[in-house]
Amino acid sequence: MTASSAPAPVPAPPAAPAGAGGTAPGYRPGRTLRLRVEARRQLRRRRTMIVAGLLTALPFVLMAAFAIGGTPDGGGRNGPTLIDTATASGPNFAATCLFVSAGFVLVVPVALFCGDTVASEAGWASLRYLLAAPVPRARLLGVKLTVALGFSAAAIVLLPAVALAAGTVAYGWGDLELPTGGALPAASALPRLVVVVAYIFVGQLVTAALAFWLSTVTDAPLGAVGGAVGLTIVGNVLDAVTALGSWRDVLPAHWQFSWADAVQPTMEWTGMLQGTSVSVSYAVVLGALAFRGFRTKDIVS
Amino acid sequence: MDLRWPRVRRPGGRPRSGRARLMRWPAAVGALAVLVAGVVVAGAASAAGGGGAVHRSDAMLTGAGGVRLDTSYFTAGGSGRRPAVLLGHGFGGSKDDVRGQAESLARHGYAVLTWSARGFGRSGGLIGLNARDGEVADVSRLVDWLAARPEVRLDAPGDPRVGVTGVSYGGAVSLLAAGYDRRIDAIAPRETYWNLADALFPDDVYKKLWSGIFFSTGSVPLESAAAAQPGTTARPGATAPSGTAAPSGTAARPEGTVAAGGQDCGRFAPGVCALYQRVAQSGRPDAAARVRLTALSPAAVASRIKVPALIVQGQSDSLFTLAQSDAMAKALRANGAPVAVDWIAGGHDGGDTEDARIDRRVTTWFDRYLKGGTGVGTGPAFRVTRTGGLNSTDGSVVLRGASGDGYPGLAGARSRDLALTGSRQRIANPAGGAPPAISSVPGLGALSGLSSLGASLSVDFPGQSARFESAALRGAVTVTGAPSVDVRVATAAPDAVLFAKLYDVAPDGRQTLPASLAAPVRVAGAPQGRVVRVRLPAIDHQFAAGHRLALVLATTDLGYASPTAPAAYTVSLAGAGVALPTDPGLRADAAPLPWWAWALPPFALAVAAGLLLTGRRRVRPLPADPALAAVPLQISGLSKRYAKSADRYAVRELSFRVEPGQVLGLLGPNGAGKTTTLRMLMGLIRPDEGEIRVFGEAVRPGAPVLSRVGAFVEGAGFLPHLTGRANLDLYWQATGRPEQDAHLAEALEIAGLGDALERAVRTYSQGMRQRLAIAQAMLGLPDLLILDEPTNGLDPPQIREMREVMIRYAGSGRTVIVSSHLLSEVEQTCSHLVVMDRGRLVTAGPVAEIVGSADTVLVGVAGELPQTLVDKVAALPGVATAVREEDGLLAVLDGMTAPQLVAELVRLDVAVAQVGPHRRLEDAFLTLIGGPA
Repeated sequence: MTASSAPAPVPAPPAAPAGAGGTAPGYRPGRTLRLRVEARRQLRRRRTMIVAGLLTALPFVLMAAFAIGGTPDGGGRNGPTLIDTATASGPNFAATCLFVSAGFVLVVPVALFCGDTVASEAGWASLRYLLAAPVPRARLLGVKLTVALGFSAAAIVLLPAVALAAGTVAYGWGDLELPTGGALPAASALPRLVVVVAYIFVGQLVTAALAFWLSTVTDAPLGAVGGAVGLTIVGNVLDAVTALGSWRDVLPAHWQFSWADAVQPTMEWTGMLQGTSVSVSYAVVLGALAFRGFRTKDIVS
Repeated sequence: MDLRWPRVRRPGGRPRSGRARLMRWPAAVGALAVLVAGVVVAGAASAAGGGGAVHRSDAMLTGAGGVRLDTSYFTAGGSGRRPAVLLGHGFGGSKDDVRGQAESLARHGYAVLTWSARGFGRSGGLIGLNARDGEVADVSRLVDWLAARPEVRLDAPGDPRVGVTGVSYGGAVSLLAAGYDRRIDAIAPRETYWNLADALFPDDVYKKLWSGIFFSTGSVPLESAAAAQPGTTARPGATAPSGTAAPSGTAARPEGTVAAGGQDCGRFAPGVCALYQRVAQSGRPDAAARVRLTALSPAAVASRIKVPALIVQGQSDSLFTLAQSDAMAKALRANGAPVAVDWIAGGHDGGDTEDARIDRRVTTWFDRYLKGGTGVGTGPAFRVTRTGGLNSTDGSVVLRGASGDGYPGLAGARSRDLALTGSRQRIANPAGGAPPAISSVPGLGALSGLSSLGASLSVDFPGQSARFESAALRGAVTVTGAPSVDVRVATAAPDAVLFAKLYDVAPDGRQTLPASLAAPVRVAGAPQGRVVRVRLPAIDHQFAAGHRLALVLATTDLGYASPTAPAAYTVSLAGAGVALPTDPGLRADAAPLPWWAWALPPFALAVAAGLLLTGRRRVRPLPADPALAAVPLQISGLSKRYAKSADRYAVRELSFRVEPGQVLGLLGPNGAGKTTTLRMLMGLIRPDEGEIRVFGEAVRPGAPVLSRVGAFVEGAGFLPHLTGRANLDLYWQATGRPEQDAHLAEALEIAGLGDALERAVRTYSQGMRQRLAIAQAMLGLPDLLILDEPTNGLDPPQIREMREVMIRYAGSGRTVIVSSHLLSEVEQTCSHLVVMDRGRLVTAGPVAEIVGSADTVLVGVAGELPQTLVDKVAALPGVATAVREEDGLLAVLDGMTAPQLVAELVRLDVAVAQVGPHRRLEDAFLTLIGGPA
């Protein structure tokens, strides 16, 4: 029915089914907006592609930097860091990539994936059609949150995976040399890296839940993403104020580098357990806020 | 000198009290505030550890021999009788050092007496190194004093229920007091000596560095002491080992003493001073010195100490080693007293002395043995603090405990032999004993806590040390106790002094010395060689798999006096290897997680559940109304007021009903509430009052009956990055309904997008989006189709076609609701109308009824129509009114038919050009809503 073409013959719809009952045939609330469908809706988005591209490129950027600047020689004798051992082996390079990106680089994709879940649908006006389909509101949130967390996890796994592969090709397979001295054999280093990645993901749950909640509050995706990143930064700033003393223990940012406890000769769990406790607790409450607000919200977008 | 090292600052100090303020708005802030405040309030409560003001009274009491003792007496709570605790301080300190622990014990229900030992603080007298007639007798006088207090519980007249505890110097006096005074009921010596001679002259080698620090603290020249402000007390601080912390002068202070050599002895008793100077000068202890120091030590009364003892000793302690506490524990246990041994991480060398934990443990120890709380657990019989990794959050070393049911002693519960290899080695003792090898350095010992992490200060000089190594370990070995090894030493010198160390060598060659400890060995000279059993320092250390052990025997050590004459020793292994004591009974304690780490997630879950279970009123699903099952839509009493407007209604008391097969026009000017009504119909907005029933089912957010409704409201909503086809596909998949029910082909035909269907929606024009959205609304051929301004952005042929679509759609028994402000549109499409204005229903009914009937006739007239003629027409019977219009005449008939009117007009010579019914909706509409809004 483009302007140039002749009007198409109007199909005569078949007669309405008699006695259709309360719902359309085949409709079941539990089968609406399945995870696979939501993932397909989000996967081809430009932001997904860009994040994937950047996270894939980052290890190579670092690698180029090491190639140009030379292999780090452990100049920081007082405070050795993972950077000093970056080019020792593939596992070392993966750990280094995590070290440089855990603070901020990985916050952005998580905030992005979780922050524009609902807000972008509202911005596109497609939210009202999903809700009128009808996808039950709690299910809509649940599916969207699950997919957003899945994408976030994929982003957090992608970076070290690429770094491990690229690092192994460039620097060889070997032990994970620890900055504090000693080395972990590659066989036990890999499970440690898995723990690190898992903890980083858990640590990002606060940012994710915050972004998600903001996403249900505002119709502007950038507002939700920016708000979550901004509040995460505020948390970091507060954690830098040592005068706060033990108050800092309840700041999620206080525990963001606790995963380093896994990259030392003796695996140390307490920091990560406390960080997990704080992170999960905030996430649960923020998530509940999102569900509570959205279930009765008037959708006017 | 304070023989306690500065407390390690721990993270997680007590939070200041804070009253949680719950904010009511917004709920979010409130919820998070609850989360945080819950942690803080509970933290403050646990930090306070029960309340109660502590009453303190200071007094100068009289000790043995009339010496004035500066004391503080702490009580709290009521006046009932309670056990007493005597709290001693470390060497170089004063009663002020233990004030915190004293207050804590007082709050816990003890009468606590602290005192500055003679020679320290403001107390008078001279330092006698815990002499029987000096410091120990002082304690008995203090016990006498306690026995006279009305609030102190008595075992017998003059015999109070009393425990003694203290660190280092104060710990030793607790042992001695228990040995000399039967009235002492329990003790908790911490980081102290059993035999001072063994501690300062281990294996007859003079521990010169520590001894020097020890004695110089008490022998500060009086000139500098006098220069200090009278009445103040120098605080023993971190710099204490340098000897700058001088006891301040008071009026009660005696004159300093002078040793035989004329050297100023400060506040030391002359005999002790002379002993020190003699040994320090010769670099070798003599028998008299040994006898004298042993007599001053708890070991002298070993058989008489029979009270329950909690023995705390430091692993990083080259002054009072674990061997001292081992002898202590063995002797006391032999006497039948309950004994518990606790190896803390730090010690005199530095490191974390775990004061908070030990203070708590001492309190429970006294609870059990002074208060007689048989139900009180006193903790494990043997506990070792092990260093975990670094806490990356604050850089501190993480400590965790391992506990066992029994203290096995330094030989371990089991022993494991590990072969060492190494040929006979000839090593040199350098003249003057310099340069010395380094094991531990007092004050730098904090680093020894890092030895497990690879940081090590140890230095050995080649040619001055022999080295024997093991093969790489197949599995990890945790050594708990003192390893021992047999070596043969040959020398032509009168005797040889060696310092034995057991290194942990990583595969990369880096080596660490556990706890930075070395054990001195003196071997009598024998040119043909002499086999000696070397007892290495007691440690608790895990040698990881793949690591090797290296036994090093050095001829010098910074901390000790070694022979100054140059000599050569030949050292070789005499046995198979080194015996490693282990204690398999030790079990790692649960990770010391703060309580809130466990409490927070359940608390958060409770908050979350509270958030989800409260809040705005719950939607109670209304039961379906079977009588309305065939009625596509019935709205009754619907009202909606948007937030922040108290009286401005978007929709007010709206009621109407739509029957199957109707094409209903929802008509009204902008702001009439049409879209709000449709949004409520879709469950997007919650009505304030009234209800909407679709096929008898009440509509609420996500009501399943909405699956029978297709809607296009307020413009298209698509994912811009996907193609039109993908959008429709995914939308249908999102409904979860079977693919064949979609009737996608029909919908696509209506959209008529052709090839554009495969382009991303973001490239579409407004009209294309509009058509795609209408197609989406028709997916699945819903029983009720709602179209909001469907013809916006369409061109005339498309508008005409859309009309057709709607009419045919309703023709199949389905129902269509079209909202519009285009009157002609509605007039041409709809069978029924609902007219709204300012949120209210104006009228509802069939179009013809609302628009009017054929009763009004518009007559087109050729040429001029005079007013007289118009009046004549109006006067005709059966004509209600007749008015002149721009190009003709408008007549409202009242009984006359249109053909009759035409005949009459012709009769009146009116040049009738055309006649038609007047059905202008606009007029009707404007009339209904009272003029343009």
